Amino acid sequence: MAKSNKPIIWGAFAAGGEAVSLVAPAIILLTLLAAIGRVPPGLSYEQMHSFAAGWFGKLVLFAIVFLSLWSQAHRLRITCFDFGLRADGLVATLFYMLAGAASLWLILILGNI
Amino acid sequence: MMDVRVAERQTDLEILRYNPEIAGEPKLERYTVPTKTEWCVLDALNYLKDNVDPTLTYRWSCHMQVCGSCGMMINGEPKLACKAMLRDYPGVIRIEPLAHFPVERDLVAVADDFLAKLKRVKPYLIPLEKRLPEDGEYRQTPAQLKRYRQFAMCINCMLCYAACPEYGLHPKFIGPAAISLAHRYNRDSRDGGRDERQEEIATAEGVWECTFVGACSEVCPKHVDPAAALQQVKVASTVDWYLEHFMSWVQK
Amino acid sequence: MSRYPYVREVSPTTWYFRAPRYMRYMTREVTSIFIGIFTVIMLVGLSRLSEGQAPYEDFLAALNNPFSVIFLFLALAFALYNSFTWFNVAPKAMPIQVGEELMPDIVVAGGHYILWAILSVVILIWAGIF
Ligand code: SF4
Ligand code: FES
Repeated sequence: MAKSNKPIIWGAFAAGGEAVSLVAPAIILLTLLAAIGRVPPGLSYEQMHSFAAGWFGKLVLFAIVFLSLWSQAHRLRITCFDFGLRADGLVATLFYMLAGAASLWLILILGNI
Repeated sequence: MMDVRVAERQTDLEILRYNPEIAGEPKLERYTVPTKTEWCVLDALNYLKDNVDPTLTYRWSCHMQVCGSCGMMINGEPKLACKAMLRDYPGVIRIEPLAHFPVERDLVAVADDFLAKLKRVKPYLIPLEKRLPEDGEYRQTPAQLKRYRQFAMCINCMLCYAACPEYGLHPKFIGPAAISLAHRYNRDSRDGGRDERQEEIATAEGVWECTFVGACSEVCPKHVDPAAALQQVKVASTVDWYLEHFMSWVQK
Repeated sequence: MSRYPYVREVSPTTWYFRAPRYMRYMTREVTSIFIGIFTVIMLVGLSRLSEGQAPYEDFLAALNNPFSVIFLFLALAFALYNSFTWFNVAPKAMPIQVGEELMPDIVVAGGHYILWAILSVVILIWAGIF
C-alpha cells in the first residue's frame, strides 16, 4: 500500500487546532460582546481597519482564519464519517473545496483592506 | 472479635455463549457462583468451568496480567479478566468476548486479523549496523532505553482494539497496538528498519485512519499509551512528507 | 477444522452511545461545526470591513439579535471544550526528553495553558476590554 498524502491536510489541521485552541475563545467572547450590543473598542471600525490595514494585522488575521478553515474542514469530514455518512471521498472533496474557496476569498479580502 | 477479611458472596454472572457447532446467535446465559471478595473475574470463570459447566470456553494462561490472553468485555468495558477484581463489581457482571472481533466460541475472540497486522509492521529489531558476536553487544544508554520503553510494555491483549471505535468502523485499520509496536522499534537507537515499517504504517490503513479518540490509552492495562504513539507517528510522517516533497521540488 | 466465527456488526450511526468516552469524543468533534460556522462569520465580517465603515457597522448591528447571541454563546462553550481537550492531549504528540527523563505531561500541557492565558489577556487588552 502506498504511503498516504494525508500529511498535507493533517499538517494544516494540527497547526490550525493549535491556533484555534489558543485564540478562538477570546475572539468568540469579543464577538459575543458585540452581539449583546456592547461592541468592544477593538471591534470598532477604526481599530479593526487600522489593524487589518497593517502587514502585521494582515498576517495575524490570515494565519488565524486560514488555519481555522482547514482544520475545521478536516474535522468536519471526520465528523460526517463518525455520524455514519459513509461517502467519505465526496465529503472530503466538498469540505476541502469549500476551505480552498474560502481561503482564496480571504486573500482577496485582505488584499482590499 | 476477629475481623473477617475474606468475605464470601454469591456472584451473578451473565455470560455471552456461542456454540459454532449449532447455527444461531450468541445468547446471554445467567449463572450464580459462590465467590470470595479477593477473587478476580477469571477466578469466577474458572470456578464455573470446574464446577458447573465444563463446556465454557475462554482463554487465559498466566493469571497475572502478563500473557495478554484473557481480554474480554466486562460490563461493556474491555478488561483483562485476571485484573478485574470482583469487589469492584457489586451487581450482576456481564461478560462478553472482546468487541470488534468475531467470536470463535463463547468468550474466545478471533485474533487472526490482529496477528496478521502485527506481522506486517515488523515488530522486531532490524539492526542499524550488522554486528558479529565477536564485535560485542549492541549498547544502549538508559536515556535511549527511555525513548521507547513505555511502548515496549505491550502484551498484545487487544483491549485497545476492542475500545477503538475507528477499528470497529474500518476493520482494515492496522490499529493501536501494532502501530505502537512499530513505533517502539522506530524509536530504538539500535534499529534501522523505520523506512520498511513506514511503508505499512504511514498509509491510509495505517496511522491515518486514527482520529485520536484516545479510548485505546484509557483501557490499556499496561499504560502503553498507544494514542500517544500514533500521534507521534503522525507528526513524524508529516515531517517526512513535507521533507520528501520539498526535496524533490528543490531538485527539479 | 471448520470454523464458524460469529461477526457482531458495529452500527455506523449509533455506535457512540455505547460508552461515555465515545460521547466525549463526539462532543469534541462537534466543536468543528460551531467553530467552522464562526470562522465563516469572521470571513463575512472581514469582507464587510473591506467594503467600508457603513457595511461593517451594519454587520455589527446584524449580530445584535437573539439567534446570534445564542449561537455565539454555544460557540464559546464548544471552543472552550475544544481548547481544554486540545491542551490536555498536546503532550502526547510531542514528548520532550531532557537528559534521561521524559518530561511529565503536566509540564507540556501546563505550558500550553500558560500561553493560552497570556494570549487571551493580550487579545482582550488589545480590544480594550480592561
Ligand atoms: S497497547 Fe495496551 S491494550 Fe493494546 S494490546 Fe498492547 S497492552 Fe493491550
Ligand atoms: S491470564 Fe494472562 S493476562 Fe490475564
